[in-house]
Amino acid sequence: MIRVQTEDFDVGRELAALTDGRTDIGGLASFVGLVRDFVEPGGGTGDGNASIRAMTLEHYPGMTEKMLAEIEAEASRRWPLQASLVIHRHGRLLPGDRIVLVACAAAHREDAIQACSFLIDWLKTKAPFWKLEDTREGERWVAAKESDDLLAERWLKK
Amino acid sequence: MKVLYFAWLRQRVGVGEETVNPPADVATAGQLLDWLAAKSAGHAEALKNRSLVRIAINQEFAGLDAPVKTGDEIALFPPVTGG
Repeated sequence: MIRVQTEDFDVGRELAALTDGRTDIGGLASFVGLVRDFVEPGGGTGDGNASIRAMTLEHYPGMTEKMLAEIEAEASRRWPLQASLVIHRHGRLLPGDRIVLVACAAAHREDAIQACSFLIDWLKTKAPFWKLEDTREGERWVAAKESDDLLAERWLKK
Repeated sequence: MKVLYFAWLRQRVGVGEETVNPPADVATAGQLLDWLAAKSAGHAEALKNRSLVRIAINQEFAGLDAPVKTGDEIALFPPVTGG
């Protein structure tokens, strides 16, 4: 299931809903992405060096849902999943806010964990979202990272 | 055809969407980018560095050689940064 929304989501409730009433699921893996308050590199830990005041996520309505559905379908082709869920927010978010939830349920843990990892790696390089950071120095579009491309490429079929 | 711009391409062009009618010899996405870049200083600035422009035709990623035609929805945007 794919959801693209401005509202927050309740992780516990969403994960419970995936497995409620099911007795065929042995493992549920999930990933939650959050808004960080520091700019890479260097970093900070909310200790006063925080430089990101907010983050606005822009997306391409229509293509976003289509790409997420394609990526989810690809995960189901590669691993025997009993259920999967991708929720991605857009709009203005604050440090600490949840951005994305990816969850995969399978009979066995390794399928669930691998599929979850695949989903977030491909989402980051294929789903049309863009992050605009509001920093103390002004607004800044986040640049795509080569490390994200490399993480996505490891799932390409040889 | 309809052209959509996102993120900093939208800001540089100055609009998020426009309807364009390129001449018949504009047959590929690459030729469309060349033609769009000549429309205004903002278009030229947005499309200056082609290595940072991603193209989707009718909501599917496409390359510079991909054919474009009347009625297509073309989206131009920077490399994606969601998740």
